[in-house]
Amino acid sequence: MVDEIKEGPSVLYIDKHLIHEVTSPQAFAGIDKRGISVFRPQHTVATPDHNVPTVDQHLPIKEELSRYQVNKLTENCEKHGITLYGLNHPYHGIVHVIGPELGITQPGMTMVCGDSHTSTHGAFGSVAFGIGTSEVEMVLATQCILQPKPRKMRITVDGKLSRGVTAKDVILYIISKISTSGGTGYFIEYAGSTIRDLSMEGRMTVCNMSIESGARGGLIAPDEATFEYIKGREFAPTGSGFNRAVSTWKKLKSDDDAVFDLELNYDAADIEPMITYGTNPGMGTKISSNIPTVEDIEPGNRESYKKSLSYMDFEAGAPVAGRKVDYVFVGSCTNGRIEDLREVADFVKGRRKADHVTAWIVPGSKQVEKQAHEEGITEVLEAAGFKLRQPGCSACLAMNDDKIPEGKLAVATSNRNFEGRQGPGARTMLASPLSAAAAAVAGIVTDPRSLL
Amino acid sequence: MSIVKFSTILSTAVPLPIENVDTDQIIPARFLKATTREGFGENLFRDWRYDKSGQPKAEFVLNSSVYSGSILVGGKNFGSGSSREHAAWAIHDFGFKVVVSSFFADIFKGNALNNGLLPVQVSEKFLARIFQSIEDDSATLIKVDLEKQEISLQASGASEHFDINPYKKKCLINGYDDIDYLLSIKEKIAQFEVSRS
Repeated sequence: MVDEIKEGPSVLYIDKHLIHEVTSPQAFAGIDKRGISVFRPQHTVATPDHNVPTVDQHLPIKEELSRYQVNKLTENCEKHGITLYGLNHPYHGIVHVIGPELGITQPGMTMVCGDSHTSTHGAFGSVAFGIGTSEVEMVLATQCILQPKPRKMRITVDGKLSRGVTAKDVILYIISKISTSGGTGYFIEYAGSTIRDLSMEGRMTVCNMSIESGARGGLIAPDEATFEYIKGREFAPTGSGFNRAVSTWKKLKSDDDAVFDLELNYDAADIEPMITYGTNPGMGTKISSNIPTVEDIEPGNRESYKKSLSYMDFEAGAPVAGRKVDYVFVGSCTNGRIEDLREVADFVKGRRKADHVTAWIVPGSKQVEKQAHEEGITEVLEAAGFKLRQPGCSACLAMNDDKIPEGKLAVATSNRNFEGRQGPGARTMLASPLSAAAAAVAGIVTDPRSLL
Repeated sequence: MSIVKFSTILSTAVPLPIENVDTDQIIPARFLKATTREGFGENLFRDWRYDKSGQPKAEFVLNSSVYSGSILVGGKNFGSGSSREHAAWAIHDFGFKVVVSSFFADIFKGNALNNGLLPVQVSEKFLARIFQSIEDDSATLIKVDLEKQEISLQASGASEHFDINPYKKKCLINGYDDIDYLLSIKEKIAQFEVSRS
């Protein structure tokens, strides 16, 4: 913290600023208009991810507006001396996937990006959150932003997850409990043995979706798993510098007597494979259960509930499982990492994708793509009737050509099931990579445990 | 550079009594490809406002000749989802100066304040009263007095106080902008960098 305004926000110094093509052009235009340069270009890293195609990335982008926006990012980065991992660069990928995998993300850092899923980086014990374009401009201009102090919430999950239950199910379960506004105004710390037992990839999935509860960010105290993940990565400290860093990082945890504004506790034994049935991420339930009846919903919320089910063309009270799936999307900053692809490959090995399902498997980065090839994941997927696409945000927000057609039902590993999120009229059910793989193979919404 | 100064608003309002209006509804992602801040109002609530062929949907409130004004009144948890500032730009560009709701998502609220769009958070009860007044009479005038931090229904005189951070209030009233402030303390920022290296 640099300074504090009387009765106002704090001036927060930003250690690492990530930018992409969609929320940065107006910020660059802003500093150009002011006639100033980027204050600390070495603290910003750029990559185009939101609207890039996921096929034929070696060719110029066909869609004119996307191409213009991606070129604008390149232009702005060149002009201001900002490192850019452009299309086809070995480090290219979704901004929240490449930060951790390159070792850019480190414990204790303050990190921002003009994208609400910046909370992903909190998995490393960094203070990371999404910002708007005016704030992107602030960081470019001064490396600082103005922030009110958030309230603190701790969510503790204890116990062992049963087979077939993954990090995605944990976070979908939490959001189904606290709703899409339950976290608003808070920064969430995730704790407990269940969280501790998750891999770094799993922890990223959990922190990634903090915003879907309304929380600005989520974080997990760094531990040996964190340090092990960071060690040896491109931009991680090396040699004695790494050991020094680890001794500092080890101190980054809440005091034993820390007081939180809100504490919530959950038991891992209560968590089953989850899926959403409505049009916000809080509308989730166990795949083995039924969609709530109208009477289950608080009277004041029933109109919105009915509107939501009507969009989804689902019937209140009906079973979630068994409905025909048209599309399966595996990817995004929530679940586009190597572990997610491994999970899918392990499941589909020796099985076949259902003929009527169109499946898009989109790696989160060039490095994930490369690793998938090296580990033989690509071959396993192809043998089962799937094809790996090229990295990008893809059908998560359908800014490129990867749009789910109107009325079609998709099981997606991404983070939002809002109306039209995956394309106008598209219907989205959010689930884990394992549940998505099960849906692709069975052709219907399926509890993956029945196929394990 | 500054944003337009915010003064007291007296206007009719447009009711949107839907909860959890997310930023993907306010401005769908496919319209985020512009590189300037202007023109997003055209696609505000695009998929609720127009059908597939681009024809206005008569039942959507922005297409109604009955409702107009510079105040948008939304249901609980307005602006959830993506951090896209384009959502605030779109609402402002369309002509709204104020958004009223009983609950706002954090990032949307910040983005609105950074663009001279005032988010006014009222109680559930007062929100219901506003919706009712507009339903009874679409010409209902609503007054938003930022100086006094008060929102009132002109006809009945019913009013409610609303909160706003004192710093942000000062910025809006004077048309100050956070970047000007941060640029003014650049030396302090440089000192901070030295002090911790």
